[in-house]
Amino acid sequence: MEHIISVLVENKFGALSRVAGLFSGRGFNIESLSVAPTIDPSVSLMTVVTSGDDRIIEQIVKQLNKLIDVIKVVDLNDSEFVARETALIKVQTRAEDRAEALRITDIFRGNVIDSTATTYTIEVTGDAKKIDAILNLLQPLGIKELARTGRVAIAREPIRPVVAQPKRVART
Amino acid sequence: MKITGAEIFLESLKREGVKTLFALPGGVVLKIFDVLHQQKDINVILTRHEQGAGHMAEGYAKATGKAGVALVTSGPGMTNVITALTDAYMDSVPLVCFSGQVTTALIGNDAFQEADNVGLSRPCTKYNFLVKDVNDLAVTIKEAFYIATTGRPGPVLVDIPKDVSMNKADFKYPGSVSIRGYNPTYEGNKWQIKQAAEAIAKARKPVLYVGGGVIFSGATEELIELAELTQIPVDMTLMALGGFPGDHPLSMGMMGMHGTYWANMAVHYSDLVIAVGARFDDRVTGKVSEFCPYAKVIHIDIDPTSIRKNVHVDIPIVGDCKRVLQELIRVLKASANGDLTSLRKPWMDQIAEWKRAHPLAYEQDPQGAIKPQHLIQRLYDLTKDRDPIVSTDVGQHQMWTAQFFKLAKPRRWLTSGGLGTMGFGFPAALGAQAAFPDKLVLCVAGDGSVQMNAQELATAVVHKLPVKVFVINNRFHGMVRQWQDLFYEGRYASSFLDVYPDFVKLAEAYGAVGLRPSKVSDIDDTIREALAVNQPVVVDVPVDQYENCYPMIPAGGCNHEMILADPPELKKKQTADARVATQDGDTVLTA
Repeated sequence: MEHIISVLVENKFGALSRVAGLFSGRGFNIESLSVAPTIDPSVSLMTVVTSGDDRIIEQIVKQLNKLIDVIKVVDLNDSEFVARETALIKVQTRAEDRAEALRITDIFRGNVIDSTATTYTIEVTGDAKKIDAILNLLQPLGIKELARTGRVAIAREPIRPVVAQPKRVART
Repeated sequence: MKITGAEIFLESLKREGVKTLFALPGGVVLKIFDVLHQQKDINVILTRHEQGAGHMAEGYAKATGKAGVALVTSGPGMTNVITALTDAYMDSVPLVCFSGQVTTALIGNDAFQEADNVGLSRPCTKYNFLVKDVNDLAVTIKEAFYIATTGRPGPVLVDIPKDVSMNKADFKYPGSVSIRGYNPTYEGNKWQIKQAAEAIAKARKPVLYVGGGVIFSGATEELIELAELTQIPVDMTLMALGGFPGDHPLSMGMMGMHGTYWANMAVHYSDLVIAVGARFDDRVTGKVSEFCPYAKVIHIDIDPTSIRKNVHVDIPIVGDCKRVLQELIRVLKASANGDLTSLRKPWMDQIAEWKRAHPLAYEQDPQGAIKPQHLIQRLYDLTKDRDPIVSTDVGQHQMWTAQFFKLAKPRRWLTSGGLGTMGFGFPAALGAQAAFPDKLVLCVAGDGSVQMNAQELATAVVHKLPVKVFVINNRFHGMVRQWQDLFYEGRYASSFLDVYPDFVKLAEAYGAVGLRPSKVSDIDDTIREALAVNQPVVVDVPVDQYENCYPMIPAGGCNHEMILADPPELKKKQTADARVATQDGDTVLTA
């Protein structure tokens, strides 16, 4: 089963290769990995998309925790989370296709961020299925290049039951 | 006042209480060696190969419990020490290794003797550092010792570029360190410990399965108390030998591939396995899906990744073995558990019966070839009163020593378990001897493995380290030959060593003493003679070439399905099909 694991690491050289080395050395899968600094510049957040049965995921989480540069590990699948991915898609556009390309972009709430006589570069953000869907539609037009960020994800805040407002007591 | 990086290195090591440094110089570490040359606080032992330096530091660490320290140069110095680092990582040995690096400005330029030291050592160290600024050197060394010796111990590498050792900085050694991503758990979960105590009180056929963690955490006393209190017999892994007294009535000796029959049968048929500081290695579990099929498993370990890595665990307890056992004993004592001795009696009787049925045995014909087991048995008998430290290499002789040398105390046993490094034993023994100059240090080696670091004979002689090496010489890579006997129809591909050095002359060439018993009746005298000399001694013991090590669980086999002796068809292969060339008249080889 696919899991998204959020890893807070020390923002120093070698940290990324320790995490990547752990996955390759122990034969764990990495489907995507994204890294960027957090608000605290000494800490980076890695989002790792991986897969495996419960025993493997337990090992991945434990092994990541064991790395000295790793500060915190959260398996987002343990709770509700939201995940997003951005893709930049360079589409080949003949004159007759340009309107169609724009239409598709519009349907997916994407933006054209660069344009030449024969290409559009489209930016689209969403979950992995949405990206796959737009790629599917743009394919017949001719995709020249594609850059995907890999997923980033964040846990949702637990939904608290709405508490009834206390009755107002008349001031005396 | 500002001092150089090399001086900071020295002062930091002194603050860490380092007394002995195993080292081999090279271009980029000359500044450090120059500083070491002008002081007397740290004894620098010059080795003849960096791998030797690494294993000596391991032997030192295993015998003392303190971090072993090695210093090597860049490039080939570093690549040579990799085997020792990997060995230390597998066996959780606290080690701090310093490597030289080319000047920071040259890093990445393929400079002379440059290697990516942190890249090379990343998968075989607990952590590693490249020091880019001399101002970071002291705090890095502090962190390196802290990481190496706490939690689950392991090797740490500190890579020091040449300019960092020469640049100057103010020296201030930090009193303590805190690393936010590194907080080992020492105290076990109280609720889990209570669960474990209840399971122990109820079990009818329990077994303690103890590993090297017992030795690293110094939990021997607690282990003895727990075993005696609860009347639970103790299985030891190869790494745990000495962690529980080998001659204790509750000791079942070593378990696993070449463990005793009763130790393996007991764990297979038990209803409760209490694993303490062990990691369910494949050499212990055999076929992992059928390991202790009837048992509930309690697993105590400081490393959470060891738990549920290979087998299902019912009661996991993350913590330091010593502290968890103390708490477990406290809980057990506080609860009324009835008469455990009578509850466990049928189980103890069963184990005694297994022991009677298939004891460790060999037949020594007084006129025949020397049996390796007999040599080790006599070595044990003649030295046990002197509480020796024993090291081994890897192979048949290692397993025989594990079976017949009943170590009474922890930190007396130096062997390479996880990595199985041939060439480990002799330098490890030298490291232990350097730590304890007055102690008897024995090394049992094979004729194949001892040659992998025989150059350290020079280190032994120069530094007056009177280690006694017993070479179990069957002119084979014996364990390889045994597997070829059993699984490759006796075709001895590249296991016969053919031309071999005369180990007596080799010892003498280095200025050590060489001895050789020629028949069974010489053994005791030769051992006594070796022990009487206050010099390094190599005893070359020509043994029965075709002796195999049993019991044996074939790789991937189940623990209760042991091979107990050479199968009858095997004898035929040895006499009819063995094709090895005879070299000289006095060696009898079947052709």
